[in-house]
Amino acid sequence: MSSGVVIILTGVLVASACAVLGCFLVLRKMAMLTDAISHAILPGIVAAYFFAHGPNILAGFLGAAIAGLITVVLIETLQNTRRVGNESAIGIIFPAMFALGTFLVSKFFANVHLDTDAILYGNIEFSSLDVLFINGVNLGPQSLWIMGALCIINFSFVIIFYKELKLATFDPGLAATLGFSPVLIHYALMSIVSVTTVGAFTAVGAILVVALMIVPAATAYLLTDRLPRMIMLSVLVGSLSAFLGYWLAMLLDASIAGAMVSVAGVLFGLALLFSPSHGLVARWLRVEEQRNRFASEMLVVHLLNHEGSPEFASENNIHHLRQELRWSDEFTKRVLRRAHNEGLIQQRQDILELTETGRQRAQLVIAR
Amino acid sequence: MSEQAVVRINDLTVAYGEKPVLWDVDLELPEGKLIAIIGPNGAGKSTLIKATLDLIPRAAGSVEIFGRPYSEQRHLVGYVPQRGSVDWDFPTNALDVVMMGTYGQIGWFKRPGKREREWASHCLEQVGMADYANRQISQLSGGQQQRVFLARALAQNAKLYFMDEPFVGVDAMTERAIVDLLRNLRAQGKTVVVVHHDLDSAPEYFDWLVLLNVRLIAAGSFAETFTPENLTRTYGGRMQLLNQASVATEVTR
Repeated sequence: MSSGVVIILTGVLVASACAVLGCFLVLRKMAMLTDAISHAILPGIVAAYFFAHGPNILAGFLGAAIAGLITVVLIETLQNTRRVGNESAIGIIFPAMFALGTFLVSKFFANVHLDTDAILYGNIEFSSLDVLFINGVNLGPQSLWIMGALCIINFSFVIIFYKELKLATFDPGLAATLGFSPVLIHYALMSIVSVTTVGAFTAVGAILVVALMIVPAATAYLLTDRLPRMIMLSVLVGSLSAFLGYWLAMLLDASIAGAMVSVAGVLFGLALLFSPSHGLVARWLRVEEQRNRFASEMLVVHLLNHEGSPEFASENNIHHLRQELRWSDEFTKRVLRRAHNEGLIQQRQDILELTETGRQRAQLVIAR
Repeated sequence: MSEQAVVRINDLTVAYGEKPVLWDVDLELPEGKLIAIIGPNGAGKSTLIKATLDLIPRAAGSVEIFGRPYSEQRHLVGYVPQRGSVDWDFPTNALDVVMMGTYGQIGWFKRPGKREREWASHCLEQVGMADYANRQISQLSGGQQQRVFLARALAQNAKLYFMDEPFVGVDAMTERAIVDLLRNLRAQGKTVVVVHHDLDSAPEYFDWLVLLNVRLIAAGSFAETFTPENLTRTYGGRMQLLNQASVATEVTR
């Protein structure tokens, strides 16, 4: 396998493993908690390094999972004191855990290959060089094995516990009364997030792993109103980011992990602007359409009110309308054009008259 | 009466820190009645329901549902939380929310199937929401969301229901639909316990009353409990005029 293929595959696996969990993190409004976990697992990894006398994958996972859970418990304990808000609790615990990790690294492992740079930024560039040997047999790049396994674990977790995750996320109260402990589900999710972070940070680093969990899921949330579709889209957006990110990094000779997350950010921005249902452009168009429709309805009601009255000619004069309704020239033109196109009004010189359709519409609006 | 008590609460105390929210409540609720829990803000009405359903820890006391602890009787109990307790922007539709009511019967791991889907549609129909089955829940009005929650409780197919403020912020049509539903449930011999706010409508909608203000003030049929003295003790002196007014309307009815 060429190194490019290995890097792209690793990226796609990392992004997929993260994105499938990310949906639930976004819906549970836990983006910052995820960020906290990703940093706070550092002391766990250091402890694992210490007890296993060197780098050991399984010990690393175990240490990270434990550190992640400790972080979550500490943050929740702090929140329960009611003197520290949600965000502050996260802001206190995660630097503390991270600081402990950096301290331990600098004190005990200053001369070995366990540097904070690698933990923060990852090195997906070298993923094809780090090969897994078992009994002297070369099994290919280690990153593919680790991330492949994590993908299988995460997808299985979400598929097997889909119903429970959905219920506990939407309505923890009902979940609890039905006997699906939301606390248990919460900690299961947090454990699996911690483990995924460890697996992924060797590739993309602890900072970017959060982006790969949250950004594709947030993008998918803008694009659909169905949870299964949101999960699929999230994985798709994540994978696409990995793929395009690699291509962009090669083109510009830049950091691959950085490029992948930047692409994810751009995809989010596009969805935010152009999503047909929740996008800003679509929302703006809807508001504009409402405004125009309301204005033309206001116009026909105004015409109806003055129909047949003595002041009819002056009230329904175009120029008078502009003053009366305080509309700009341009807006008046647009409203008149719209009402005319819909066959609601007809214009005789400067005087506006309702058509039969217009009269009916005005009566409908009043009756509403 | 102790023979048919569906809920038996003994010496229930719930506290947040040192502040008791419920103080030594002893209460037995009869079967087959529509029961209103009434009291001022902060009286512990929702807390009473949540402590009964093991949703919050009890500082002291015990609760029995049909003679056994709640954890053994989950399948007999339906729960309608306050509408504001969930995020209605969650990516799902009305039918899916109603199906969540069947999850308790399905158990861990297994997925709801065709039978659950049909049952959930039937429940949506009962609250007049059949046409909205596929509607994204954020696009429903407040009253419609409340009816979806009620349909979900129906889907639980319980014998005893707890509803937390179902009448808050709903339109007249939904209020009507909820009242019809409550009567329907009573006709099937079910018991419904409702946290309620409105003293005026209470005597019309319910047949049993629990007056609560941290301590239990009174519990019993409206004839016995809906008295100016009890209402004054529940709401304090300032409510006296209003209370007499609402009792007066009750008498003339």
